[in-house]
Amino acid sequence: MAPAAHGARDVAIVAFGQSDHRRSTDELSEVELLMPVLHEVLAATGLKTGDIGFTCSGSSDYLAGRAFSFTMALDGVGAWPPISESHVEMDGAWALYEAWVKLQTGECDTALVYSYGKSSPGSVRDVLTRQLDPYYVAPLWPDSVALAALQARALIDAGDTDEPALAGVAARSRTAARTNPHAQLRGSVPHGDYVVRPLRTGDCPPVGDGAAAVVLAAGERARELCERPAWIRGIDHRIEAHSLGVRDLTDSASTRLAAERAGAFERPVDTAELHAPFTSQEVVLRKALRLDERVTVNPSGGALAANPVMAAGLIRLGEAAARIHRGASERALAHATSGPCLQQNLVAVLEGDPR
Amino acid sequence: MTEVLSAPLVVEFPFTRSLGPVQSAFLTGLRERTVLGVRTGDGKVLVPPVEYDPATAEELRDLVEVAPTGTVTTWAWNHEPRCGQPLDTPFAWVLVRLDGADTALLHALDAPGPDSVRTGLRVRVRWAAERTGAITDIACFEPYEGEVTEPQAAPHEGEFAGEAVTGIVAHARLDYTYSPGRAQSQYIHALSGRKVVGERCPSCRKVYVPPRGACPTCGVATTEQVEVGPRGTVTTFCIVNIKAKNLDIEVPYVYAHIALDGADLALHARIAGIPYDQVRMGLRVEPVWDDSSKDSRYPDHYRPTGEPDADYDTYKELI
Repeated sequence: MAPAAHGARDVAIVAFGQSDHRRSTDELSEVELLMPVLHEVLAATGLKTGDIGFTCSGSSDYLAGRAFSFTMALDGVGAWPPISESHVEMDGAWALYEAWVKLQTGECDTALVYSYGKSSPGSVRDVLTRQLDPYYVAPLWPDSVALAALQARALIDAGDTDEPALAGVAARSRTAARTNPHAQLRGSVPHGDYVVRPLRTGDCPPVGDGAAAVVLAAGERARELCERPAWIRGIDHRIEAHSLGVRDLTDSASTRLAAERAGAFERPVDTAELHAPFTSQEVVLRKALRLDERVTVNPSGGALAANPVMAAGLIRLGEAAARIHRGASERALAHATSGPCLQQNLVAVLEGDPR
Repeated sequence: MTEVLSAPLVVEFPFTRSLGPVQSAFLTGLRERTVLGVRTGDGKVLVPPVEYDPATAEELRDLVEVAPTGTVTTWAWNHEPRCGQPLDTPFAWVLVRLDGADTALLHALDAPGPDSVRTGLRVRVRWAAERTGAITDIACFEPYEGEVTEPQAAPHEGEFAGEAVTGIVAHARLDYTYSPGRAQSQYIHALSGRKVVGERCPSCRKVYVPPRGACPTCGVATTEQVEVGPRGTVTTFCIVNIKAKNLDIEVPYVYAHIALDGADLALHARIAGIPYDQVRMGLRVEPVWDDSSKDSRYPDHYRPTGEPDADYDTYKELI
């Protein structure tokens, strides 16, 4: 086996689980939503909570307006006797990154990573304005669709796409989601009216609740826990300036750099799971990642089929890994994003053992 | 399954933020109808200006004045304005590069319809009638057909008549519909019948009150309903000497952890019906419900039952 692109230890995703993503889950608290997913990945590996070396989660209390919901969610892990644990107020993909770093230190051999998001109690378009520059931008309350629409218009003006092409991205994603039992939107979905022009309802992700979890393991431990581990050959994340007017919205320099650092351009990938909540963002990512028609993009349907905020990025890593687990992919790219208009991007390259 | 409860929840907060010197000059300038930018080491003019170069992290202090006119670099038509946005009639979100600037500012453009907006459109600032030193001192942009002034960015001291703006108060309000989930909904339903119902862990057999749906030790779902109490034992307590805002209770009073009979987790409540300095660990107590309020979902407080104190060994694991 070739050595890992970075780091001293080979680390793999050995299990992935996700909830069914739904418009609302009023009958479930966060921990009630999350627990079945945690049990699923533990059962898949035969691990018990006490066997896990490090636990890391990603979530945001702003989504559901519940202070310290991540500490409540820990009830689902069984955190007594005290466990080695951490949390990021970010998508779970960044929790996975922290766990990967922890495994690189050699302090542990296994890690449990999970994330969840309940967008249904609030208005996620407005909630997300609170992550923006509080001096010059947040007082204007520009919602997430509006900012994505500014990016979409810039792409159309640059000749990178047009409205029919965006509709094509939406249709392809939801058709692919037909085979994804967890997806919220699948099959034939009308492209709909403008939400913020040029984006229509079909260009936007569904609003919903969901949770996801993965188990990471290092070296031989990974082979013990999984028949075909999805080895993380490289992983990196990069961020751009927060001010939208400073950035070229038609490009994603941070995605490209993260991909370079993760080794994505060294050999072609057969699959890419891209975290593009808006159709126009897939256009930017395909360009930055140099993906051509030979690459299967978002066979899960991507975030256009299910977008539990804070979990949707981790799900991209999980979906890519699951394809390697079941032998449907040899080398896959997984991408996660955070912030408005693809401000921050994480890229991982996953591979199965040669067969 | 019992009906899941829900209630409106408003999270509202004013953030008071202090400004750096560049932000202070920019926002003071807006109050005085002047738009300032900042020049970077390689000569670019950033509007809105920032304290540090986003490319090099170099400290930026060279302020320049740019024109209140500019060009739309991208736009998006917003036919349904949302709460808090700059205009309450349909408008375009725009990024505008002001004449003299190299970067664009996000704001709203007041235009009759999407057909009248395009990238490259010339626009100018419409000032708010009342200005306080905030980004909203720009009410919005409006189409501008006047002459293109020679782009220039003249050096500016950043000083204005009147007091400099050194901070902003950013109000935020988010509206939610709170729903506590299955376990807590059942707990609250039972309370309305003046019963305290916990849940037992199928693995370690502990009974959690109030239940949250999971055993925090075993990490498994708790589903078996167990009525506990109503009587219980004070496991530990404190004496509150500071009156909380909007609270009608006279100080000093006692707040205690109470292990209800049959529960493996203490809940907390106020103790009354006994002088505060006579409350002790092991005191046996019972709930007192507020009969004046039909909506009362919790005991108002707990009072002594008159039973002998519980032996320390019976509750020491629950402290």
